[in-house]
Amino acid sequence: MPQRSDRDEVTEGDHRPADPTPSSRRRFLQYSLSTSATLMIGGTFVGAEDVEASVSLPELGEILDFADVVTLAEAPYASNLVLEITSDNRVRFELPRLDKGQGIATALAMLIADELDADYARTDVTLSDRRAERPFSITGNSAAIRALWAPVRSLCAHARARLVTAAARRWNVSPSSLTTANSKVLAVDGRSASYGELTADASRVAIPLISTTPKSISQYKLVGTARPRKNARAIVTGAQKYTLDIDVPMAMPTVVARSPDIGGAIVSWNGSVAASMPGVVGVTPIPSGIAVTARTFKQAIDARDALQISWRRGPVRGLSDSNVRTTLRQINTPLTPVLPLVRSLTATYEFPYLAHAMMEVMGAIADVREQSAEIWYASQSPNYVAAEVAQAIGMAASKVKIHVPFAGGSFGRRLFGEAAVEAALVSKALRMPVKLMWTRNDDMRHGRFRPMSSCAIRASWLGAATLSFEHHIAAARNDFRHGLGDALTAAGVNVVPDLFNQVGFVTMISLPYRFGNTSTKLVEREFNVPTGSWRSVYSGVMTAANEIFIDEMARARGYDEVDFRLRHLDSSAAERCLRHVASVGAWGRAMPAGHAQGIAIHAEYRSAVAYLVEIDTTGAEPRLTNAYCAVDVGVPVNVGGLAAQMQGSLIDAWSAMFRAGNHLDDGRIREGSFGDFLWARMGHSPVTTQVHVFPAQAGAEPGGAGELGITAAAAACVNAYARATGTRPRRFPIQELV
Amino acid sequence: MPIYTLTVNGKERTVDAPADMPLLYVLRDLLGISGPKYGCGVGICGACTSHVGENVARPCIVRLDSIGQQQITTIEGLANGDSLHPVQQAWIDEDVAQCGFCQPGQIMTAVMLLAQSADPTDAEIDAAMSDNVCRCGTYVRIRAAIKRAAAALRVGRQQVSY
Repeated sequence: MPQRSDRDEVTEGDHRPADPTPSSRRRFLQYSLSTSATLMIGGTFVGAEDVEASVSLPELGEILDFADVVTLAEAPYASNLVLEITSDNRVRFELPRLDKGQGIATALAMLIADELDADYARTDVTLSDRRAERPFSITGNSAAIRALWAPVRSLCAHARARLVTAAARRWNVSPSSLTTANSKVLAVDGRSASYGELTADASRVAIPLISTTPKSISQYKLVGTARPRKNARAIVTGAQKYTLDIDVPMAMPTVVARSPDIGGAIVSWNGSVAASMPGVVGVTPIPSGIAVTARTFKQAIDARDALQISWRRGPVRGLSDSNVRTTLRQINTPLTPVLPLVRSLTATYEFPYLAHAMMEVMGAIADVREQSAEIWYASQSPNYVAAEVAQAIGMAASKVKIHVPFAGGSFGRRLFGEAAVEAALVSKALRMPVKLMWTRNDDMRHGRFRPMSSCAIRASWLGAATLSFEHHIAAARNDFRHGLGDALTAAGVNVVPDLFNQVGFVTMISLPYRFGNTSTKLVEREFNVPTGSWRSVYSGVMTAANEIFIDEMARARGYDEVDFRLRHLDSSAAERCLRHVASVGAWGRAMPAGHAQGIAIHAEYRSAVAYLVEIDTTGAEPRLTNAYCAVDVGVPVNVGGLAAQMQGSLIDAWSAMFRAGNHLDDGRIREGSFGDFLWARMGHSPVTTQVHVFPAQAGAEPGGAGELGITAAAAACVNAYARATGTRPRRFPIQELV
Repeated sequence: MPIYTLTVNGKERTVDAPADMPLLYVLRDLLGISGPKYGCGVGICGACTSHVGENVARPCIVRLDSIGQQQITTIEGLANGDSLHPVQQAWIDEDVAQCGFCQPGQIMTAVMLLAQSADPTDAEIDAAMSDNVCRCGTYVRIRAAIKRAAAALRVGRQQVSY
C-alpha cells in the first residue's frame, strides 16, 4: 500500500483512508472552514452577463447557457467546499471535479495561492472523494473554472481574513496594518507567523476583522501566467497513478466477455473450462456479460476466451451506417423553401459515430462489503455513478464511497460509469475486491459514441443583406442520463429524455453572426447504439458545419472569407480572435499550388476562439503545416494549460474531420483499436501551433475552454482543404472517401 | 509454472508465470510496476513502451520467455535517483503532458531516438514517434521537448569531451 504522500504535488485520492500514521495526525489540524464559510457564502454564484447589444435577438444560450445551468444546480452546496490549512503550513483543497488532462487542478492551485497569498509550492489540490454530503457537479461543458471561480475566491478571501485576524490578536496590533505573502502574515515591525502556526487560532475566529471581499484580478500574480502542471514530475517519472495503477490489496484483475453484437444478450453459457484455467478465481454472470477474475489480466483474458457462450442476436442487427444516414435525412426538419428572386445556398454535412477512444480505457476498482462499498473510478459524475452502483448492488447510495483518481483522458466518456457498476457487481458476488478493465476492443466496440448526425443548412440573401440562416440537425439521440450529476436531473432525463436534450441543445447552440432570421432545430431518433456527449456535444458537429458552410457562402457571394465574417460577427471577442490570427498568419498571402489557408471561429462558454491553419495537399495524405490560434476566455487562469488545450483541440479536430470514425456494420462496430481507428499521430501533426491568449480585461469573468477549440479547429482544417482542392467536403472523415 | 529471473530497473526480480505471458502483465500484475500502461494490449498504441536490452519494446507483445538476460528498463528506471534524465527534464520544461497517460511511452521512445540520432530532423521525429498515440494531442510540445533534450545532450557530450 503506498504511503500517504507528502502532497507536494497534485495527487489523487489514491490510497485507502486507512489508519493515518501518527505523523499525519500531527500534521493535519483540519479546521472546519466550511462551517463558518456557510455563514458568509450563501446564495448563488451565477453571473448572468449582460448581453451585448446586437442586431439579432439574443439566443437563449447567450443569456443562460448550459454551464450556467450546471452552476445553478450546484450553487446550494457551493459553501461545502473543503479548504485545509495544515499545521505544517500546507494549503490543501479538495477539488470536486475530475482532472482528466484539462489541467484544472493546477489552475485552481494557482487561483487559491493568489487569493490566499499562499506559497504556491505548498498549495496542493487533490481530487475530492465523492461523499454524499459534498457537492459534486458534473465535470463537463467546460464549466469547472466558471462554476468554482466565485466560491473558491470567496472561500480563500475568508480564510485569509481569519488568519490575519488571528495574527492581529496574537500580536495585539491593528489587523489593517498586517500584510500576507507566501503563506505568512507579516507585521510592520518585522514579526511574522506562518499560516500553519496560525491555523488553530484562525479556526476559532468567529468574525474576521478585515474585509472578506476577494481581490481584483489585477492583484493576482499567478493567475494569467503560464505554469507547468503540478503533477509534471510525477508523470515523467511514472509515479502518477491512474485508476488501474492503484494498489488496492487483493483487488483481482477482471475482464468481461461481451456480446459481439451491440446490446446482445446471453442465451446460454458454460464456464467450466474457463473456471479451471490457471490463475482463475471467479466466473460471474453480470448483465453486460460474463466476468472472469484471475491473478493477472492475461489469465483473465485467456479464460474469458475459453468461455462457451451462445449469444442472442443484438437489437441493432440489420442496421448499418447507410440505414442510419438515410433515416436521419428523412426525419430531419425540412428547410424553409426559398422565395423567388432570393439567392440561397443549401448543404448537408454528415458526421459518423465516433468513439471517445481516450488513452486510458474504462476501468474501475470495487470493494463491496456487507454494509458499504468503496469504489475507485475516475468519474465525471460521481453522484450519478454512486446511485447506479447503489441500485445495482442493492445498497443505499449514501453507503457508496467513490475515490476519484486522475484520468487518462475522457472527452465525455466518463460521464457514465459502466465499469464501476460492473466492478461492484463482481466484487459483491465474489466477496473480494476486483480491478475491472475494459480491454481496448471492449472500449472501442462496446462503449458509447458521439451520435451520428446530419446537419442541413440553408442561408438566403438578397444583395449584401443576409435574410435567413437555418440549421436543422437530425441525430441519433444523445444519452444524457447522467443529468447534471445529481439525482433529480438524472431522473428527469430518464422520464422525459427529449426535454432534457432540447434544453441542452438550446442552451448550448447559438450563432454569433447577424444573419437575419436564424433558426436551429434538433430532431433525435433512438437507434440503440449507445451514445454519449463527446467533447463539445452538439456544437462539435453543428458549429463545425456552420463554419464550413459560412466559408462556402462567403465564396458564393464573392467575399473573402475573413472579410465576410468580420462584416457579420456580433461577438467582439470572436472578432478580436479572428483579426489576430488573420494578422499573425498573414491571411491572404500567396500559397503554392495545393497549399491553402483556412480559418474559422467559435464563440461559446462565454469565450471565443479563432484558428488559421495551413494545409499541404500535395503529398500522399493532406497534412497541416502550420497553425495559429487566438483565444479569449475572459480571464485566463493558466495560460500554459490553456494553450495546451488549444493545441490539443486541433489534433482532435484533424483526427475527427479527416481520419477517424467508427462504422456500424449490421449491428456491430467495426473498429477495435488505434490500428483501425486512425487517430492522428506525430506524423499527422503540424510542426508548430502558435497560441495567443488574450489577457483579462477589467471586469471580465472566466469563460470555459475545454471544448472551445475543437469546433473552430475542425472547420478551419476543412476550410483549408476545400480551398486547396476546390472541393466541397460533405461527409466526414474526409480521407475515407478519397 | 516456470520461474523466470528478470533484471528490471537494475534489480533482480523473480516471477512464477507462464512462458507466453506478455511482459506488460508480468510488470503490472505480478511485480507492481505500473509505469508502462495498458493502452491496447496489441502493440499498436505505444502506451507501454519500455526498453528491453538496447531496444525500444512493447511489453504487451513481448513474451516472458523471449527476454533471457536482457535488462528491462521502464519509465521508473530512467532517472538516476532524484536526478532526471535530460528527456524527462525537457518534458517538464516544455510542459508537454496533459493527462499524462501516454507520456511514459513517449519518453521511452524519445530516449531511444536520441540515443541513435543526436540532432533529429522533423522527419526523423515523425518516423520515430508515430507509433505512440497521444489522445490529448501534445505532439507539438513533444517535438519541442525532443529538440530541447537533444540540445541539452549535445552540450553534455561537449562538456564531457573536455
